[in-house]
Amino acid sequence: MENTKDSQGLVWEVFVQKKPGQPYVHCGNVHAHDAEMALQNARDVYTRRNEGNALWVLPSSEIVASSPEDLGSFFEPANDKIYRHPTFYQLPESISHM
Amino acid sequence: MNKQETLFNYILRIADSQLILGHRLSEWTGHGPMLEEELASANTALDLIGQANSLYAYATQVEGKGRTEDDLAYLRSEREFFNHLLSEQPRGDFGFSMLRQMLCDAFDVLFYSALMKSSDNTLSGIAAKAYKESQYHLRHSSSWTERLGDGTEESHQRMQNSLNELWRFTDDLFAMRAADLELVNTGIAVDTSSFREAWFKQVSEVLERATLTIPTHAFMQKGSLEGRHTEHLGYLLAEMQSLHRAIPGVKW
Repeated sequence: MENTKDSQGLVWEVFVQKKPGQPYVHCGNVHAHDAEMALQNARDVYTRRNEGNALWVLPSSEIVASSPEDLGSFFEPANDKIYRHPTFYQLPESISHM
Repeated sequence: MNKQETLFNYILRIADSQLILGHRLSEWTGHGPMLEEELASANTALDLIGQANSLYAYATQVEGKGRTEDDLAYLRSEREFFNHLLSEQPRGDFGFSMLRQMLCDAFDVLFYSALMKSSDNTLSGIAAKAYKESQYHLRHSSSWTERLGDGTEESHQRMQNSLNELWRFTDDLFAMRAADLELVNTGIAVDTSSFREAWFKQVSEVLERATLTIPTHAFMQKGSLEGRHTEHLGYLLAEMQSLHRAIPGVKW
């Protein structure tokens, strides 16, 4: 197919919020030529089965990501610091989504 | 015609229009310009066919002759369908389909918004659900109309040609039977002339943003209320009804 790349538009990342107050969770991406189209496509692709009631979309190119080489210096130092985990507290049962 | 028959025919008019428009839109399945639009078209088609299903179910109750929704959808012939002429036009290119959709969606939003106030509880209930669906349909089809109308030279020309082709069927959207006025008087039916100006305003605004010009000297074709259709409906029904006619009573 000629011009396939251009005809599909930019890639946009889609985040869905299930209920008010909960975090927006990344669920995938869509193609679109503009922001309104991205929002509509996200709605049609990712919320057809009641998955949520709010959406974010943003151009994938705007995401700044860590690179695989960062693995050692970014994340490994946390491995042996168990005192940073709140495992010594009892959470009341009424607190959900922790 | 007694009141029951009048109501039956009135419901068929709405149901048929949604079924045929939904079928036309479903023809994009497997042919969409991109995956996302294919899903969007199928979603909208399912909404419309779902509306038709609820309306047919109610129509069979009103009629009380033991017919089913499937009988109404699959076992009536061309002259017994009362859908808007606009809905049966072949899908054309994607822009043609979106423009037709916008004209129909703008009608549906206003029509359902009025039907929500119907004194008939079943109709007002169906309308309340359909109204929300139509609002989204309109947003989707309007943004495509604007995007393609105000797009490249080629997309603009194609959209203008589509509008020139489709405009002649817009009077037919608003046609009403004399008998329906009785239903209007009892608060059951909607007088389409009550929102015709609002429809024109809504549609004109979208077309203006799309840099498209409404034809001023179009011949206005009507006839769907008498079952007089354009040549395209017969072919559509032949395809849509073929399975049910080959295997009567077939279930999914």
